[in-house]
Amino acid sequence: MHILEVEHISKSFEKTEVLKDICFTLEKSQVLSIIGSSGSGKTTLLRCLNFLEHADQGTIKVNGELIFDATDPSYRKEAVMRRNLRHFGLVFQSFNLFPQYTALENVMLAPKLSAAKEKDYKSHKKEILASIEEDALKYLDMMGLSDRIGNYPHQLSGGQCQRVAIARALALKPDILCFDEPTSALDPELTGEVLKVIKSLAEQKMTMIIVTHEMSFAKDVSDQVIFMNDGIVLEHGTPTEVFENPKEERTKQFLGMLNT
Amino acid sequence: MSTFLEQLPIVINSLNIGFLQTLKLFFVTLLGALPLGLLICFGSMSKIKPVKRLFQLLIWIVRGTPLMIQLLIIYYFPGLVLDNPIWGGAESGRFAASAVAFIINYACYFSEIYRGGIIAIPIGQDEAGLVLGMTKSDIFFKVKLLQMIKRILPPMSNEVLTLVKDTSLARIIALQEIIWAGQAFMKGSQGISGAIWPLFFTAIYYLICNGLLTVLFARLEKKLSYFR
Ligand SMILES: Nc1ncnc2c1ncn2[C@@H]1O[C@H](COP(=O)(O)OP(=O)(O)OP(=O)(O)O)[C@@H](O)[C@H]1O
Ligand SMILES: [Mg+2]
Repeated sequence: MHILEVEHISKSFEKTEVLKDICFTLEKSQVLSIIGSSGSGKTTLLRCLNFLEHADQGTIKVNGELIFDATDPSYRKEAVMRRNLRHFGLVFQSFNLFPQYTALENVMLAPKLSAAKEKDYKSHKKEILASIEEDALKYLDMMGLSDRIGNYPHQLSGGQCQRVAIARALALKPDILCFDEPTSALDPELTGEVLKVIKSLAEQKMTMIIVTHEMSFAKDVSDQVIFMNDGIVLEHGTPTEVFENPKEERTKQFLGMLNT
Repeated sequence: MSTFLEQLPIVINSLNIGFLQTLKLFFVTLLGALPLGLLICFGSMSKIKPVKRLFQLLIWIVRGTPLMIQLLIIYYFPGLVLDNPIWGGAESGRFAASAVAFIINYACYFSEIYRGGIIAIPIGQDEAGLVLGMTKSDIFFKVKLLQMIKRILPPMSNEVLTLVKDTSLARIIALQEIIWAGQAFMKGSQGISGAIWPLFFTAIYYLICNGLLTVLFARLEKKLSYFR
């Protein structure tokens, strides 16, 4: 079974159609990279998956379970969305860490708030909090940040901030982790350290969708690549297919394979 | 005519009593206006158009007219127009009317300060919270509130210092606050008359009080300087 099935997703802002009939599937433990020029709809697609936007048409299924259907308003109810959202995590280009919390607190906040809403929270508070902290420390360690847990975001480099943001997303144990240009706000040196942890997640069989302009990274880490152009999936295949033998002229042009 | 040294304790005693009333009005106003302002702020940012318009209208009227008029209307309107003098003629009634007028007035000013603080927070904070499955109220109280407080401290301190001084407006409905107490010695009270210096003394009370508040706000700002 596919871990993710995206079918006929369309989205318009006012009159401009930003996503046009997007369809693709993703297998568990695979990495999908989405490439494409600016304004082609990559961010909008990730935002639709994470319910920051609602697609106007189409359906989204995770592990065969329908989690969004544009024709059924019940999927837009806040509580339903919050439950279905658990399948996804999203790492932003601009990190969006919470400035008043330390690295550790950033990672623990959402799991703590979600645990506090469970029925048995009061009676097991100590154990629950301890296990949330243990998890958070594990993910921060995985990101190579064990010595930074007590630092506030403004005391961290961009690369460190982005790794805290990744740990924060992982702490909610999503089925699919999405990245929207995770290194675009970083200089080349810091880019490397973030790409390294994303690659290590791929090696640990995390299912991921990565929007990126880092072509060599996409080629290296992905199982599938989608080239988006003007709101459609223009090309979809293995990295070799898309990067070395693109079928479409537009893809060749984007990859700089045409001598103009 | 008694000497200055004989008058001093009488005056100080009077001013202390007046200042107590000033402080009482100040604290009651803060206690009411700080939370009410947040409510009005939410109302004025509501996604429901009529609600939003209604709160914007309230803010416009309250900020657009003098507090002095608001005091007079709130105090006299029930008795003169509705034939129902709910406040009564006693000091406690005048205090209650003053408190209502001040709370509504300051809540409207605070609401705009809050709103400024909220819209200055990057949308990414909301989006990060939403994607992490947090509820809207969790996002506000656990993520945005402290960032908002940090941002609004400077304009808030301005407004609070103004409030200390504005409390003197309540003497228009004969609330016996400190300036009322000081002025009494000009007309004649407790055997002292034609004395203007007690009025100067009232200024010292305001200066000390606002000095303390300035220090307090500086402390708060420092306390929240651990994040950016
Ligand atoms: N909230 C919005 N309102 C109106 N138009 C929008 C909105 N968000 C995105 N768009 C438009 O949708 C189109 C696709 O935007 P999107 O951000 O998805 O592109 P992108 O592929 O992520 O580009 P980039 O590589 O620059 O990040 C753009 O033309 C953009 O102007
Ligand atoms: Mg984008």
